[in-house]
Amino acid sequence: MRRNPKELDSTHRTLSRRALLLGGLQLAFAGGLAMRMRYLQVDQADQFLLLAEENRINIRLLPPARGQIFDRNGIALAQNSPSYRITIVPEDAGDVDKVIADLSRLIDIAPEDLERAIAEMRRSPPFLPVTLADQIDWQDISKVAVNAPALPGITPEVGLARIYPRQSDFAHVVGYVGPVSDYDLSQIDDPEPILRIPRFQIGKVGFEAKQEAELRGKAGAKRVEVNATGRVMRELDRRDGAAGADMQLTVDADLQGYVQARLGNESASAVIIDCESGDLRAISSAPSFDPNLFVRGISVADYRELTENTYRPLANKTVQGTYPPGSTFKMVVALAALEEGIIGTEETVWCPGYLEVAGRKFHCWKRGGHGNVDLNTSLKQSCDVYYYDLALKVGIDKISAMAQRLGLGVRHNLPMSAVASGLTPTKEWKARNRGEDWLIGDTANASIGQGFMLASPLQLAVMTARLATGRSVAPRLVKSIDSIEQPDGAGVPLGVNENNLRTLRRGMFSVSNERRGTGYGSRIIEETMRMAGKSGTSQVRNITAAERAAGVIRNSDLPWERRDHALFVCFAPFEKPKYAVAVVVEHGGGGSKAAAPIARDVMLQALYGGTPPLEAYPKKDRSRIRSQQERLERERPVRQLDGSDRA
Amino acid sequence: MSYLEYNAKTTPSGLRKILFLNWPLIVLLISVASIGFLMLYSVAGGSFSPWVEPQVKRFFMGLVAMVAIAMVPIWFWRNMAVVAYLSSIALLLAVEFFGSVGMGAQRWIDLGFMRLQPSELTKITLVMLLAAYYDWLPRERTSRPIWVLAPIIMILVPTFMVLKQPDLGTSILLLAAGGGVMFLAGVHWAYFAAVIGAGVGLVTAVFQGRGTSWQLLKDYQYRRIDTFLDPSTDPLGAGYHITQSKIALGSGGWSGRGFMQGTQSRLNFLPEKHTDFIFTTLAEEFGFIGGVSLLAIYMLIVVFCIAAALATRDRFSSLVIMGISLTFFLFFAVNMSMVMGLAPVVGVPLPMVSYGGSVMLVLLGAFGLVQSAHVHRPR
Repeated sequence: MRRNPKELDSTHRTLSRRALLLGGLQLAFAGGLAMRMRYLQVDQADQFLLLAEENRINIRLLPPARGQIFDRNGIALAQNSPSYRITIVPEDAGDVDKVIADLSRLIDIAPEDLERAIAEMRRSPPFLPVTLADQIDWQDISKVAVNAPALPGITPEVGLARIYPRQSDFAHVVGYVGPVSDYDLSQIDDPEPILRIPRFQIGKVGFEAKQEAELRGKAGAKRVEVNATGRVMRELDRRDGAAGADMQLTVDADLQGYVQARLGNESASAVIIDCESGDLRAISSAPSFDPNLFVRGISVADYRELTENTYRPLANKTVQGTYPPGSTFKMVVALAALEEGIIGTEETVWCPGYLEVAGRKFHCWKRGGHGNVDLNTSLKQSCDVYYYDLALKVGIDKISAMAQRLGLGVRHNLPMSAVASGLTPTKEWKARNRGEDWLIGDTANASIGQGFMLASPLQLAVMTARLATGRSVAPRLVKSIDSIEQPDGAGVPLGVNENNLRTLRRGMFSVSNERRGTGYGSRIIEETMRMAGKSGTSQVRNITAAERAAGVIRNSDLPWERRDHALFVCFAPFEKPKYAVAVVVEHGGGGSKAAAPIARDVMLQALYGGTPPLEAYPKKDRSRIRSQQERLERERPVRQLDGSDRA
Repeated sequence: MSYLEYNAKTTPSGLRKILFLNWPLIVLLISVASIGFLMLYSVAGGSFSPWVEPQVKRFFMGLVAMVAIAMVPIWFWRNMAVVAYLSSIALLLAVEFFGSVGMGAQRWIDLGFMRLQPSELTKITLVMLLAAYYDWLPRERTSRPIWVLAPIIMILVPTFMVLKQPDLGTSILLLAAGGGVMFLAGVHWAYFAAVIGAGVGLVTAVFQGRGTSWQLLKDYQYRRIDTFLDPSTDPLGAGYHITQSKIALGSGGWSGRGFMQGTQSRLNFLPEKHTDFIFTTLAEEFGFIGGVSLLAIYMLIVVFCIAAALATRDRFSSLVIMGISLTFFLFFAVNMSMVMGLAPVVGVPLPMVSYGGSVMLVLLGAFGLVQSAHVHRPR
């Protein structure tokens, strides 16, 4: 069919018009697209670039190597050793269940570990490794490594784990590390990102916790490019962190080991302090526990055993335990009196076995009394009445002041957990804290280190060192940090009359070296090493008048927790004091019987820097001591727990 | 002017036709395809596999097909329009029953050497049918209701079939391209006003139907619309695509991060980085300049097509060329709007650039029609 040209022209015009219109619309739309592109890519480029970087770059932290802890001779107390763990990459494993089943036939995997791992696998993308078993031994690792071809996706990995080669010896001093808990994080304002690394370990207790800042070191970081699923594509750059500072402690690992063994299973503690420098040579609390258990994650049963033990193995009794110092406090009273010029050394007090104070009888430990007692005798035989009398003359406030000068009732600054400040009561203290007036009887009680008076073994050792040197010896635990020697604790002269101190030392010498001295049974006979000490027996119960009339029940007949605490403090050698020792045996009975032998043994061990010769002991003790030495030698574990025997 | 009036002697014949091809258009198509190869190479992390190699092969197959189609006189294609349309409807029916399911939609038939998406083919055959229809229809009847209803049915039949697949992107394209051809053919303005009104009604119906037994879209399509309207509600879920796409695009800046340096796409932050979202890679690596350049080339293709349409006095040719160029335009316009966050993610590829055989072949075939119309235009 032919169409007339006019119609054709008109239809073509319509089409052309509309085509141009449509073309114009299309161009306009394209212009709009270009504007949008400009808006996104030019106007908002910076913002999107930032978002893109956030998308792309991940910061991966590189955990620093934790600082190691050594004893004064360079023996490792806490170190990092390679630890082996087994990880699985689900993506590579294929059939995860089968691989795990195969693996469990080779090595034991704790069911709870497995459960956790499976939960973790469900959460994380399949290319991320998940730890199946941690802290496994070399044998198991070898088994896995040998069978690796049959275990797709399973990789034995090596990392650093904290280990404490001296095991229970330093549990209370060094403490232990453990994985950061939510509670830990909640305690820190703005925690470092590294703390959020799963299983990152921080100091939980003791030195590890107190020196966390220095030991932890600084985390390094690497920037990695990741894709949308989090898979690392490449490393962009890395900044290495700094390892934590290595710490050297003042303690002597072998001496500490001996002390720990000597304390045995008693609920006891002992402190050996260097009189010259304040260095703590040994600071032992018994019974102890193996801190390695906590690093690996202690089982509920083990933990319950520790917490429910009446001997409180978790407590660090040396600094945290406070006890009535008992008769070991008598030097303080005597020194306060001497300094005040209230008594002369020759003056005597009549001890009939008790002193009546404000209508109440205060008894001497010796029922029949000591008769006429001078200062030296009062120390040697630990006459209580003498000190009741003295204290009433001096007054509690002066006694407390002297106690504080000697290091009691003040908190010594040591990087250990829960360092107690003890208590040296004053009239003002009682008014403030008890809302009661100070009674004269309180003074009498305090004079023999009872009543409100409380001191930790550490404080008693410091007191003894200060008496022995006349200087304000301060305890020091950290010898050096990263080989930088820390200031020592030699202190300055106390400003106490040297003659008075000499009198006291003389008295303490009598305690240990003269017949009828309470410490005579635990003396050292080696001339150059003779020690001066003071026993203490502090009651943990009130002895009623009725009981006293019926005859005081012997300690051994009482239940353990009602027996007296046994204390002994000493220093040696007498002529030139080197070490001061304080020993407290909780509920051990009499200080001279329970604490003094321990104090003597550890003192000798310290003085000789090893097992002392039997000649240092009194003749009649030697055979017993020999068998004791042999027994301790046998019982002390051979300590070789370090990385080398695992590898 | 109908083909009967062609003076066959004035049209080139034999291989001489090659000289009369619209060569600038071919050059533009090759450059767009090359940009596509470059981007596919980049998103594969600097590798010819898995995408560049098959894409290049298909491009050359498509080029050959284009020239072959161009050699055939346009009037032959006009006569084939009805057959082509019915075949594509048949194929659409076939995928409904025998098609393979991919990405949650029934879309293709596996022909062995390639996966054919009949919905792509339909875009062209619909344009052909409408062009043929208006070529045949006397002008005075163009705006009569009964003669308007016929093409509307022609458009809606494949549109609904595609929508049922479900392929929202293609159905929108079919609707828009079909409407465009009707508009070009001179249908009265009032009808378009009515269609737009109806469109609004449909949108309302789509939303009203949500959650009822007769809901028109799949749930995921509703979610895409939701997240388009507010991507921030679900930045890691369904809104992820749009958010990440904008980040990649925006981070390209003025001149981009450089070839193969686009971190977002290469690190898989982008979804569908080799298909629907390939433009973001280009925009990230070559920046605003790169993006605008591609847009300019696309628009040049459109402009050349419009010029070719205006140059021929054959009504079928003009309508086919315009319809094809409009379809082509809709492809990239919808795709770019989508990746730039101006339109919901509806699954429309970037023509000649996105990885995909059907679209590439169908488009080159369509440009074959354009070439044929150009070569055989009445002189």
